[in-house]
Amino acid sequence: MKQLRRIVLYAGLSIAAITFIYPFLWMASSTFKPPVEVGSLALIPHDFTLDNYRTMWARAPFGRALVNSTFVATTITLAVLVFGSMTAYAMARLNFRGRPALNAATIAVLMVPGQLTLIPLYTLIVQLGWVDTYAALIVPYLFNATAILMLRQFFLQIPQSLIDSARMDGMSEPRILFTIFWPLSKPVLSIVAIFTFMGAWNEVLWPLLVVREQNLMTLPQLLTVFALGGGAGSVGVSLASAMVLVVPVVVAYAFLQRNFIESMAGSGIKG
Amino acid sequence: MRAEQKTASLMAGPYAAFLLVFAVYPIAFALVLVFLQWDLVTAPTFAGADNIRLLVHDGRFWRAVVNTFVFLSIHVPLQIVTALALALTLNRQLVGRSFWRAAFFLPVVISGAVVAILWSQLYATDVGLINRLLLKIGVSPVPWLTDPRTAMPAIAVMVTWKNVGFYVIIYLAGLQYIPRSCQEAIEIEGASAWQRFRYLTLPSLLPQTILVVTLSTINGFQLFIEPYVMTGGGPLRRTYSVVLYLYNNAFAYQKMGYAATIGVALALIIGIVVLAQRRLIGKAEAL
Repeated sequence: MKQLRRIVLYAGLSIAAITFIYPFLWMASSTFKPPVEVGSLALIPHDFTLDNYRTMWARAPFGRALVNSTFVATTITLAVLVFGSMTAYAMARLNFRGRPALNAATIAVLMVPGQLTLIPLYTLIVQLGWVDTYAALIVPYLFNATAILMLRQFFLQIPQSLIDSARMDGMSEPRILFTIFWPLSKPVLSIVAIFTFMGAWNEVLWPLLVVREQNLMTLPQLLTVFALGGGAGSVGVSLASAMVLVVPVVVAYAFLQRNFIESMAGSGIKG
Repeated sequence: MRAEQKTASLMAGPYAAFLLVFAVYPIAFALVLVFLQWDLVTAPTFAGADNIRLLVHDGRFWRAVVNTFVFLSIHVPLQIVTALALALTLNRQLVGRSFWRAAFFLPVVISGAVVAILWSQLYATDVGLINRLLLKIGVSPVPWLTDPRTAMPAIAVMVTWKNVGFYVIIYLAGLQYIPRSCQEAIEIEGASAWQRFRYLTLPSLLPQTILVVTLSTINGFQLFIEPYVMTGGGPLRRTYSVVLYLYNNAFAYQKMGYAATIGVALALIIGIVVLAQRRLIGKAEAL
């Protein structure tokens, strides 16, 4: 009886896992199939081909989009880590006028739904003349309230004696932050890094508003425009372009799944 | 003290400036835009309450709101049930627990745009994977995304599939907090598996359930890329979402004032719905 229940349990789990993994495997294998085979459920292509990738690469600037996405997401992540840490350090460990107000404002900002500020932000970008620039994709994300609150919370737990003795040695506050706090804060820094990078990497609505020039599009945007505009022409080509976006993420996820789960579940951010 | 003040303003000052420009100003300007008519080319003109009046009578806007509620009425309960079921399964002694967890979480890390493109293929009427599977068990093909009755439910199921791993983690965390002693006590009392679930597990997980309801509701109001990619809002506007309507007003029709009005209205609706849900859940708990 007990044996039977275990078999049922693992059979159920396997079916569940297949529903989550199989679609992605099917997508990956479809990109190596000629158009006649795409409809089949089989995972091994009968006539293996790289044509979908050649077509995709030739029809739209996916190489450029990969560079754009990498550049935008990396810049945002570094900025959120460095500037966010400096802000959080000041908010956690320094006394200054306006600190309570800054704390309150940070929490208030998180409560306002993004849809409310979407259009005013867009008109701001238009007025700044930033449409079709990297600035439009990066500057509004240089600081992240969630990241600052997480870092602040972590910095609050670091013993004051460390700061005091460092100050006695004549260290500046930024130096205390980057040479003493940062090495102690690796767990929270990795959490912030992953959810910030993933958020930037997968973002699609904002680029759709502020970028029209194909050469400046990030991957999710180019992929969407390509699939919708009929540029792909076939399912295989469309899915091949999606692979450019997915493969780096899946590789990183395979190695760092624990960190990914902790980070994305902790921040409440979904791609 | 003065030196500290100076250092602090250097370290936190840029963030304060950022908040003013990219958070406080847009919030304030959203409320100004409600009373403007602006195509971004010519100068904005004062429109009085025109935008609000238009919104109140705009069948397309209310259609989108109704669509969102249709989406939520399927998505939220389904999300709770699936996440809870998977979390309870994963909470046992299992071989390869982290593998199962990672498998369920996989769609969460994948871009919504990719998931939408992929599922368009899975849902396709003639060559779609789902209809091919159904055909094997003798069910005739269903036009998932082109039938007004099935399109929104189909999207709701897909979004549930994409996000369930995230909520599984939330429930798993909650399950860690149920004291061992309570579990042992209820077992000694001779409670059945169902009774244990109904009277211990489920009430203990109430904070997590509230979180799941709130987050999946807020997430539901943000529905955009799925209808944008999969249906364009059709058939018969049955999958048109509020954010898609907002985006089209801004991007396709260049109506900034009206788009901002939709944004403000949506924020209000989200606030009201989330508060109402909390009230309701609070009352249900008291019973």
